[in-house]
Amino acid sequence: MIEKKVLLNKLDRGEAILRAVKMGSEKIVSLIKDSELRGRGGAGFPTGIKWERVLNQSEKERYLICNADEGEPGTFKDRILLEEYTEKMIEGMIIGQIAIGAKKSFIYLRQEYKFLAEKIKNTIEEYKKLFGDKVDFQIDLRFGAGAYVCGEEFALIESLNGFRGEPRNKPPFPTEKGFKNKPTVVNNVETLCNIPHIVLNGASWFKKFGVKGCYGTKLFSVAGDVEKPGIYEVEMGIPLIELLEHVGGVDSKAVQVGGYAGTTVVPEDYYKTLCFGDLPPGGSIIVIGKNRDMGKVLENILEFFLEESCGQCTPCREGNYRLLEGLRLLRDGKASIKYLKTLFTLCDVMKISAKCGLGQSSPNSFLAIMKNFKDEILYNER
Amino acid sequence: MSEKIKIKIDGKEFEVEKGITILEACKRFGIKIPTLCYHPDLTVAGICRICVVEIEGMDKLQPACAYPIDREMSIKTHSNKVRIARKTNLELILSEHYGDCYTCVRNGKCELQKLAADFGIDRYIFPSVTSPKYKIDNSSHAIVRDPNKCIHCKRCIRTCIDLQQVAALETANRGHNVQIQTALNKPISEVICINCGQCINRCPTGALRAKDPADEIWDAICDPSKFVVIQTAPSPRAAIGEEFGYPPGTCVTGKLNAALRRIGFDRIFDTNFAADLTIMEEGSELIERLKRKLVEGDKSVKLPMFTSCSPGWVKFIEHYYPQYLDHLSTCKSPQQMFGAIIKTYYAQKIGIDPAKIVTVALMPCAAKKFECNRPEMRDSGYKDVDYGLTTREMAAMIKEAGIDLHDMPDEDFDHPLGLGSGAGLIFGSTGGVMEAALRTVYEIVTGRPVPFKDLDITPIRGMEWIREASLVMENVKPEYKFLEGVEVKVAVAHGTANAKKLLRRLEEGKLDYHFIEIMACPGGCLGGGGQPIPTTPEIREARARAIYEEEKRLPVRKSHENPEIKQLYEEFLGKPLGELSHKLLHTHYTPRGKYFLGEENVL
Repeated sequence: MIEKKVLLNKLDRGEAILRAVKMGSEKIVSLIKDSELRGRGGAGFPTGIKWERVLNQSEKERYLICNADEGEPGTFKDRILLEEYTEKMIEGMIIGQIAIGAKKSFIYLRQEYKFLAEKIKNTIEEYKKLFGDKVDFQIDLRFGAGAYVCGEEFALIESLNGFRGEPRNKPPFPTEKGFKNKPTVVNNVETLCNIPHIVLNGASWFKKFGVKGCYGTKLFSVAGDVEKPGIYEVEMGIPLIELLEHVGGVDSKAVQVGGYAGTTVVPEDYYKTLCFGDLPPGGSIIVIGKNRDMGKVLENILEFFLEESCGQCTPCREGNYRLLEGLRLLRDGKASIKYLKTLFTLCDVMKISAKCGLGQSSPNSFLAIMKNFKDEILYNER
Repeated sequence: MSEKIKIKIDGKEFEVEKGITILEACKRFGIKIPTLCYHPDLTVAGICRICVVEIEGMDKLQPACAYPIDREMSIKTHSNKVRIARKTNLELILSEHYGDCYTCVRNGKCELQKLAADFGIDRYIFPSVTSPKYKIDNSSHAIVRDPNKCIHCKRCIRTCIDLQQVAALETANRGHNVQIQTALNKPISEVICINCGQCINRCPTGALRAKDPADEIWDAICDPSKFVVIQTAPSPRAAIGEEFGYPPGTCVTGKLNAALRRIGFDRIFDTNFAADLTIMEEGSELIERLKRKLVEGDKSVKLPMFTSCSPGWVKFIEHYYPQYLDHLSTCKSPQQMFGAIIKTYYAQKIGIDPAKIVTVALMPCAAKKFECNRPEMRDSGYKDVDYGLTTREMAAMIKEAGIDLHDMPDEDFDHPLGLGSGAGLIFGSTGGVMEAALRTVYEIVTGRPVPFKDLDITPIRGMEWIREASLVMENVKPEYKFLEGVEVKVAVAHGTANAKKLLRRLEEGKLDYHFIEIMACPGGCLGGGGQPIPTTPEIREARARAIYEEEKRLPVRKSHENPEIKQLYEEFLGKPLGELSHKLLHTHYTPRGKYFLGEENVL
């Protein structure tokens, strides 16, 4: 069940690129569409459709950006790809450039991964030597400055443009007006690493893995109160419990799935599956041990969002502050249970009216933890 | 023809052009969507989340101000989901806003206050701020910043960065710690703020306001030993009525004079008079520059010449383009010329010690407050203009005195110094200075009126970002032979962002104009930072209409035909650009640069 089937499997260097050159834009895009590959950054948007949208733009100046700003708490799955499978990402980017007709692409690398820069640059050079004459591509490396929100595609683009990293209103989407206001594809590292495998092996091969609507394999970084933390490649759609059994985390109080922006899963729900539409398969699994104080867990999560909200939209800027404040007031007995209801309403409002994914997902854990561990937090009943 | 799309709003069917926003569509059909961070002059931010609406088929709400109608859609503007979201977001903002309404300059005119009333807010849902957390920045002569009242709608930032391209304000920090700050959080007087006050006009709350000298003015009025003179600029009279419930575009010149007299000003003078004086000096300066450049080949003379009436524009060029300061006319603005004349000529004439004269200038402008405090503006031997007062502050003084403009009769200015020509009046609108200058320059040079129907130089009127005109000097008078056949090319731009566009062209050597009028504020003075709030594109148009209509009715429409100007030159100044003019009416500028830390500290 847990095997290195795709991403952590080996790849014959350069073959996918050669094949992609032969295929040309349209065929690559339709292949990726057929594979039903969905973005691995968390939102799960179909990659082929994103590429097709850029390909169909009349504007010829286009860009591809590899989002390597891996910042979701508890996720370190892109790091292994960047470090040990650099060539897969580079191949994915070159193929992506061919597919969408971009002459230039960027890797937006989180500052904390600066130590990987040399390896990445060297790999780019190697590929330039090997394929520079066959494919017109350019890959530049850029660094984030430490803001979590810059993992959001528009905030990332703003940051690349040299502005304050803040999400924009959509539409227009980056596929119409992205970097320098030109059509732009932003793909996660893991998404791009899947590309050469699909090009080499075909869409139906890829669809042998995973479940309907959610194909392929997925990397999960498992951390927390667990016997065997680490990075695991599993097929999409596997029940959480199976992964927990494998890593020794079944005997736990809860599991934070999909990072802090994901949700908090309690043991009764461990049977649920990791795939889009069920438990968020972003890649972060944090196991919370039986002796943990859930109030502190939630406080930690909310402190994170309070600090990482870009602060432009009201629900996120003020809402996260009120949630943290509210938790503390409730825990200290300074607010009534009625105020908890107000905070639940606030959560609902944040989810539907915040400007970007950050503010829309930050209340998830508040809702999950407050609903499941209310007595523990409010009345200290453990 | 743009593509039409069928939409449904609250169940009713409408048809709109593809691409317009939901807010625009709703406005068109009389459906009111509450907004807060939206302003018609500004780029769309979509951050307050007050204008959110529900689009069928989407689980997230969308901001009406930012969401384009790109497909057939059904929109709900007040479903429960929408209503609760709007109200909760408003409650979040209110809790963080130091809502000290009684003591707020925007009491009764605050957009946040109005929203709270509209939403029926009767208590704070979340723990609210009960005491101020931040220091008020009082450092500037013109702008006061109170971060306690800031709600982070970023209208000021979008004004400063996008509309005016000054960029004195930016967002600092993240999340709940977000603050609107100057660079390194320096006092606003120490950064590259040009005092245009456009941010004040767009602030929905009292976080930004002008520095109000009303108390000092009241003290002077009530002090029998002081002789208090007020000059009133052309734009306030076309706008102050708005503060008393008149529709935008109502000129209340006569009523305003009556009100000022009742308040107790000793003399009420017309800044249009000083505008005429400016035209005499500036027009002569232009001819002089043309002569020295075209005839004598003097390379030190710079063309195009820029107007210098707008103190925001002057500070802008001092900061951003100090290398072009020689292009600025050396003429002081009408406000400052007037101050100098009142404390010299007029003081002598009526036999009052200028030390006892207090001059107040009613201006549509925040930057005028800074201008009158410039150290070089004391050529009369005293502070030429003691106080700059905005239209809003004047309205407040009138109300405080228990006066309603509606009840006032029409009264005239005091004379002399109370007669202004139509040319002086149109200084209030973008293009007006240029039009006034052309009327005078052309006639001085050729002896004939400008070749435009009814003297209306329409190519340079309007609200386009730049307007151009050219005039060939034909059959000139003998003393201006050097201008025979010269095509004088002029341009007009308004708003410092447009000034920047022009200056970039100048840098590229692509400008062949002789004379350029620039006003710092969109629309010129009538859209100034001291004018009534709100100021929108429609309101600016209305004020401009009022000014040009009143202009048509004035008996004198050319500066050089103003008899009181003639009298001033005969009795006192001698001639334009004469020795006394140079002493009292002309000035010099200060290269400031963009880097207040000093160039060596800039990375």
